[in-house]
Amino acid sequence: MTNRHYSGVTFRKYTIRTALYILLILGAIIFLLPILVVVNTSIKDPASINLATTWRFPDHIYWQSYSEVMKEFGPRIWNSITLVTNSTILSAVLGSLNGYVLSKWRVYGERILFPLILFGMFIPYQAILIPLFEFMRDIHLYGGIPSLVVIHTIYGLPITTLIFRNFYTEIPDEMLEAAAIDGAGFFEIYRLIVFPLSISGFVVVIIWQFTQIWNEFLFAVTMTTGASEPITVGLAHLAGGEAVKWNLPMAGAVVAALPPIIVYVIMSRYFVRGLLAGSIKT
Amino acid sequence: MRSRRDRLIALLMLLPTFILLGIFVYFFLGKTVYFSMTDWGENPAQPALSETVTRQNVGLQNYENLLTDVIQSMFRNSLTNMFFFFFFFVVGSIGVGLLLTIILDQRVVGETFFRTVFLSPMALSFVVTGTIWRWLLQPDGGLNYLPTVFGFAPIHFNWLNSQEIWLQFTWSIVPRYLTFAGFVILAFLAVRYALRQEKRSAYLMGALAALVILIFISGLWDRIWLPLDAPEAAMTLAPEGFNAALVGIIIAAIWQMSGYVMAIFTAGLRGISDDLREAAQVDGCGEIKLYTHILLPQLRPLMISTIIILGHTSLKIFDLVFAMSGPDNARTVVPGILVYTKGFRQNSFAQASTIATIVLLLVVIVIVPYLYARLRTHD
Repeated sequence: MTNRHYSGVTFRKYTIRTALYILLILGAIIFLLPILVVVNTSIKDPASINLATTWRFPDHIYWQSYSEVMKEFGPRIWNSITLVTNSTILSAVLGSLNGYVLSKWRVYGERILFPLILFGMFIPYQAILIPLFEFMRDIHLYGGIPSLVVIHTIYGLPITTLIFRNFYTEIPDEMLEAAAIDGAGFFEIYRLIVFPLSISGFVVVIIWQFTQIWNEFLFAVTMTTGASEPITVGLAHLAGGEAVKWNLPMAGAVVAALPPIIVYVIMSRYFVRGLLAGSIKT
Repeated sequence: MRSRRDRLIALLMLLPTFILLGIFVYFFLGKTVYFSMTDWGENPAQPALSETVTRQNVGLQNYENLLTDVIQSMFRNSLTNMFFFFFFFVVGSIGVGLLLTIILDQRVVGETFFRTVFLSPMALSFVVTGTIWRWLLQPDGGLNYLPTVFGFAPIHFNWLNSQEIWLQFTWSIVPRYLTFAGFVILAFLAVRYALRQEKRSAYLMGALAALVILIFISGLWDRIWLPLDAPEAAMTLAPEGFNAALVGIIIAAIWQMSGYVMAIFTAGLRGISDDLREAAQVDGCGEIKLYTHILLPQLRPLMISTIIILGHTSLKIFDLVFAMSGPDNARTVVPGILVYTKGFRQNSFAQASTIATIVLLLVVIVIVPYLYARLRTHD
């Protein structure tokens, strides 16, 4: 950059930069606005909530909506926790073993088998819903959380297998060969080498499965009834009525959103890795 | 080196996954296709929920009914809605996502903070998003009253209950549009292969294009769709089009998913070596040209993946519509919702299976070539 052009160039650069930041901040406000409105409405006195004053702050903070929602949501939160814990752990462990086999043990027909597993994460779940309902009814699991644990474990297998397979291809084969020469078998290699190296893989998978299953709605609304429904169905019912008291659904939305949002904010690096796993790499 | 026994164990470890996915994915998909060809739920003598229900095979009757029967206009409406949702959602998310990617690529202060903000809706459930936006889109408040904060008059758009229909057409014209679209695509491919000197593919595509035109001229196509062209049918078929009530749902979906597009493209941009950028800048390439001529063309394969992933999300969309306008709103109904209401509310299991099969077919058309190409290029 020569001195002669210096001032002109900086001026131009300066305006572009300013415009850039204005655009960015405006964008951030637009993205955060819905969330702020929800929190704002949820702490308003229901008597003072009316549509025309959506954009005003409350005169005083009214926490009762939250205690009312917790009364309604209490068992449903517990349902969601039970569901998420069980199916996340099960699908992560199975996915890890699958990934280990597919990346480190040359299995016959792997080039056909792997796409067949992967296809399971792209199917529209509506297309298996009716046979699934029939199956769950026939084995007497229909209507409860155990059915959802089974469902989310199984339909979680493609993505967990995919993430672990990609993760394990980065472990050099030589390490495994060395252990094999020392006499380590299938399980020893996994326990002594692969598993200790896959902690961050487990973090990615667990965070991904946790947010997906916590947020899921289609299976939840079709496979459970009444007291056994998870939190998303509870929220849909709370918000779905005709004469809605808006303070309750808004507080409910905050409660339902809080666990995944906290996990996202604290662990966003791992969240993004899970997000990208399903879209870019194979 | 690795013993036979261990290889066998490895294979056995995969077995549970194969059995489970074999049953829960492939066997169930097959069953749904089978149910779509039965009268399950249509025969009054056979209670649909009875565990000993017998199902009669009716061939493709359900498909014909859904596509041509006057009383099934809701299904056709749902297909139209799905099409418009697909188009505007994909274009909107990629547009916004790309803009965010490029802005955040300028070495701005607080980059991590902004990224976290733009991606945060992705951590929410579609049900939460739907509940939030349903409140924001109430006709006498929310977004419509945002201008009053700045002293302007409120807007009066009836977001989720609007009865307006834009770009109207009648269903009986759809087969002709489809034929025309098929012909254009095949002809385009034929010309492209011809230009690339790939003679065999060019002839094949050309022949297929000619076949499409021949079928159309021969009148066979019209005979298949005859029920739609009958004069009395044309009178009773409800007009189709882009339902204005969908706009709010599309906005909410873009709000939720454009951060995802940003994450994908950012990862893509990071994969492009800095040397390329520097070389371009040394050659006097301007900021805008750097993106339009150098960086974005590099992201083309990623663009295709993104369109496919967003596209298949929109084909099976369910929870967002359910939470925003309810499962019974005729203006915003989509096939994903109809499978639920027909199957789990009205016990019309055969019809629900037929709709599910049609959605499955559309997803397969989108996903299978994609999986094939992606796995092939990787090896």
